[in-house]
Amino acid sequence: MKKSLLLTSIAAVGLFAATTAFAGNLTVVSWGGGYTKSQVEAYHKPWEAMGGKKINSEDYNGGLAEVKAQVESGKVIWDLVDVELSDAVRGCDEGLLEEIDPSILPAGDDGTAATDDFIQGTLVDCGVASIVWSTVYAYDKTKFSGSAPQTMADFFNVKDFPGKRGLRKGPKANLEMALMADGVAPADVYSTLTTKTGVARALAKLDTIKDVTVWWETGAQPAQMLADGEVTMTTAYNGRIFGAQVTEKKPFVIVWDGQVWDLDLWVIPKGAPNKAEALKFIAFSTDTKRNADQARWISYGPVRKSAAPLVGKHAEAGIDMKPHMPTAPANFKNALQNDFAFWADHQDELNEKFSAWLAK
Amino acid sequence: MSEQVMAATPHAVLAADGTPLKQRLQKTLRRRKLIAAGLVLPLGVFVFVTFLFPIFLMLFRSVDNPIIHENMPQTVAILEQWDGKGVPEEAAYAALVRDMVEARKNKTIGRVATRMNFEMSGVRSLITSSARKAKKMQPPFKDALIKANPIWGERDIWVTFKRLGNEYTATQYLAAVDMRYDSDNNIVQQDEDRQIYVTIFGRTLWISLAVTLLCLVLGYPVAYLLATLPAKYSNLLMIMVLLPFWTSLLVRTTSWIVLLQTNGVINELLVWLHVVADEDRLQMMYNQTGTVIAMTHILLPFMILPLFSVMKTIPPSYMRAALSLGANPVRAFVKVYAPQTVPGIGAGSLLVFILSVGYYITPALVGGRTGQMISNFIAFHMQKSLNWGLAAALGGLLLVGVMVLYWAYTKIVGVDNMKLG
Amino acid sequence: MSDSNDPLVRFQEVQKSYDGETLVVKNLNLDVARGEFLTMLGPSGSGKTTCLMMLAGFEPATHGEITLDGKSINDVAPHKRGIGMVFQNYALFPHMTVFENLAFPLQVRGMNKAEMETKVKRALDMVQLGDFGNRRPAQLSGGQQQRVAVARALVFDPELVLMDEPLGALDKQLREQMQYEIKHIHESLGVTVVYVTHDQSEALTMSSRVAVFNDGVIQQIAPPDELYEQPENAFVAQFIGENNKLEGIIKEKNGSGCVVEIPGGGVVSALDVNAGNVGERSSLSLRPERVEINPEDGKYPNIFNGKVEELIYLGDHIRTRINVCGRDDFIIKVPNASGLTQLVEGSPVKIGWALEDCRALDA
Repeated sequence: MKKSLLLTSIAAVGLFAATTAFAGNLTVVSWGGGYTKSQVEAYHKPWEAMGGKKINSEDYNGGLAEVKAQVESGKVIWDLVDVELSDAVRGCDEGLLEEIDPSILPAGDDGTAATDDFIQGTLVDCGVASIVWSTVYAYDKTKFSGSAPQTMADFFNVKDFPGKRGLRKGPKANLEMALMADGVAPADVYSTLTTKTGVARALAKLDTIKDVTVWWETGAQPAQMLADGEVTMTTAYNGRIFGAQVTEKKPFVIVWDGQVWDLDLWVIPKGAPNKAEALKFIAFSTDTKRNADQARWISYGPVRKSAAPLVGKHAEAGIDMKPHMPTAPANFKNALQNDFAFWADHQDELNEKFSAWLAK
Repeated sequence: MSEQVMAATPHAVLAADGTPLKQRLQKTLRRRKLIAAGLVLPLGVFVFVTFLFPIFLMLFRSVDNPIIHENMPQTVAILEQWDGKGVPEEAAYAALVRDMVEARKNKTIGRVATRMNFEMSGVRSLITSSARKAKKMQPPFKDALIKANPIWGERDIWVTFKRLGNEYTATQYLAAVDMRYDSDNNIVQQDEDRQIYVTIFGRTLWISLAVTLLCLVLGYPVAYLLATLPAKYSNLLMIMVLLPFWTSLLVRTTSWIVLLQTNGVINELLVWLHVVADEDRLQMMYNQTGTVIAMTHILLPFMILPLFSVMKTIPPSYMRAALSLGANPVRAFVKVYAPQTVPGIGAGSLLVFILSVGYYITPALVGGRTGQMISNFIAFHMQKSLNWGLAAALGGLLLVGVMVLYWAYTKIVGVDNMKLG
Repeated sequence: MSDSNDPLVRFQEVQKSYDGETLVVKNLNLDVARGEFLTMLGPSGSGKTTCLMMLAGFEPATHGEITLDGKSINDVAPHKRGIGMVFQNYALFPHMTVFENLAFPLQVRGMNKAEMETKVKRALDMVQLGDFGNRRPAQLSGGQQQRVAVARALVFDPELVLMDEPLGALDKQLREQMQYEIKHIHESLGVTVVYVTHDQSEALTMSSRVAVFNDGVIQQIAPPDELYEQPENAFVAQFIGENNKLEGIIKEKNGSGCVVEIPGGGVVSALDVNAGNVGERSSLSLRPERVEINPEDGKYPNIFNGKVEELIYLGDHIRTRINVCGRDDFIIKVPNASGLTQLVEGSPVKIGWALEDCRALDA
């Protein structure tokens, strides 16, 4: 009784959402902006040209809230969602996502089986990774006439590199970067953060720039703040900064030291209307060619080993994309992979601690 | 004739056809009431379905606690007998293993782990990993589980399990006021470095009061002008007041960013006028100042309109009368005009305050670190952490707060003394 | 100290324009004597209220000077003029009790509490509302509110009280009662009152003098009886009381009288008040009660035969509409007394009037 009460109400909310979806089309949901554009160019257009079901592309702001609402109400309208690794794992555990059998994925174009071709850790029960992206920091080079910031520590060095900083309003990546700047090796970052003193140490490091920090929330904000001169340095998703560098010719420089990289994966909400078609789309869009093609539009790295050497020049600007990949050897020297398991375990506590710290 | 009837039934006056007049009257009135009820019924249903029912559901969610109860039924049943001392018997361990196997099969173990993790940070992965191993475990399960993860040999996790096994819980409300249960089920303060919501509630209250006051100070003269200017000018002014209503909230907020940011219009102007030095540009955005400025602008019409509608009904003769009686203009205004606008002040302030308390987009965009309000945290728990129970509890507290305020208001000012337009 | 024979209020060549194009008040000259009850009477838009507002200080005069007690008040703020005022809708402060309303002018004058209470009590007693001090205005009837407004305007002992159509909102019976009350208060206090109304019977009932306004100009200023009996122009004759208006051409002028020919209605002898030259147009004013039915032949210079068109029974008299002198809207009032001829609709009738009752005025 109680349950049905809740479900009806959620269904009512779902009805409103349902009116916005086109029945019959494949609804693919992603993060918008340059990233969605790269997907449209590299996946959607060839998919439709090949005779695949027409794609209805929608934007969202990340998180599992909408997926959860749709699944719980039984009115699922999204077929495919581009999510972060932690959400793919958590959604899978909570039964919000369909399991995906990796055997549907085609082998690499060099013949390597899919399970071997994908970088380790990029295939999970309910998700297939498509890109590697990274949280990095970038600065406006016109603001630093002398020496330029080189390391993660420089981001926290307000004395030698004065000016406002931009940070994402949330603990993720900030705590890791703070520890790396404080001298913790990437390999020890998460073990340090599981201790109270480790968290305190990260927050203490963040304290050193708290007064000069402007906090951002959406991916588009950091590049805008840099362009407006609101900040001189900011953390950002590397693809967004690349977009500003290439398409808007902004004098931004990415510092790859201490980057925190993560995956984006395709997942299928449980009960998606076009599940079979969605699986086909996943297989299509993550094949070697498409995986490499995508990197011609935005500087997010392919997840297939076989795709890495195929990354070519930017489709419009014509510059070589390889040095702009988070996974390029020069960029990857001091990199940390975002630990989804750590965050799944500790995000509630750390969100509270971070908010409390922020409010002080 | 009528005297006879009166004499026969001394207590009831009869209508012409002999039925008691009262009954007759009720009959005619009932018909009218039914028609009236029929007319408001569609709106009533609409309000119930789209407003009251969701609020009820939200409040329900803040205490509803079905996850452990439904997905770990055997463990919950056995833990009910447990006295909470030491660790439970083997039976509880066996039930837990059976429940975990089942929950893993049903893909609900993640929910159980998430729910537990809200109360005990860090146990999420150990529950899912224990559940993964549960299928292959052999009795005695107590040893098997403790071998899988030593935490099962500690009392804390079992206490939490038992507590969350209840169908209804107050934990969300406790969390919403920075409290929690300790391992002995006593209510204690949350650790200091995790206390956040009381501060934010306080700040929400403070920002809302500041916005309300600013709106009143800025809106009152405008409303006065609107009410007293000739129609030709007041119509134009009214359009300017209403203009913000016709612009999207996002556009308005963004234009404030353009104006107020470090390299924004106002700072550039101040630097150009040498009011501030280039290095000392004012920080008017991404803090409380920005939130208050932008919210004041957006909510100003909600103050001006009720004030205007009240002032419009105050004839100019009151001020003239006060002047003719010898009061100087200031005194006449304070003693005669202003008291008559109290209903408008009350309505406008209440409206602005209640809207402020629940404001979300503007603080999210321009609030930065110190300008965040409670709605931003509700949104966070709705959209990001998926802790809908806590979001509901925060919302419930907000609702109670607003209702208490409204009650206090009607006690002090009187609901009849309020004019909403 | 100024001489008590000097006027209390003097308007000197006062003009007022709101838009800079038309004059609402055109060159007004007016003296108000001490203790006088002067009424400004006129249709709406005639400038009477504007004059009152200029006197109260709520509107500045565009040109000219207004003096109070011999001193120019053009630059004196309203609250420093010390003039009491009763407004059209009373303007009682709704958030104050009756007592507080009356105490307000005394409070702003810094009066001590005991004296204030005495004064308020006396003012309330004067208007027979001694027990109503604790009520709010909204709890009073229209007539009671009116009394409070009068009391409030008088409580601080102003020399001059202005009243802006104060009785307009009351029903007829109450209005008449209030007219007497205000008149009695005026008489007992000896205060100077300038009263604005568009109701001529109110003006006649209450005033020492009435200034008839039209089109921004005072048409005539005179005591009520003079105004009624001896209107100086067609507007005043028409505006004050009921009037039969006959229009014609002046045929002849002879000293105080003249002869006017009504087109299609014969020739009328009239008193030359304000008529033009021979050959010009003139309108004749004749009060209905001055017309006699069936006069003896030769009693009046003006005797005509007409036809009874309509009889309206009004209790004390019968309003009779007659077709005579080429008009069918000629009204006479026939007293409802025994022994008088009963007129019948449609029957012929002979009427007549004296030369001095018929005033030849401007066209």
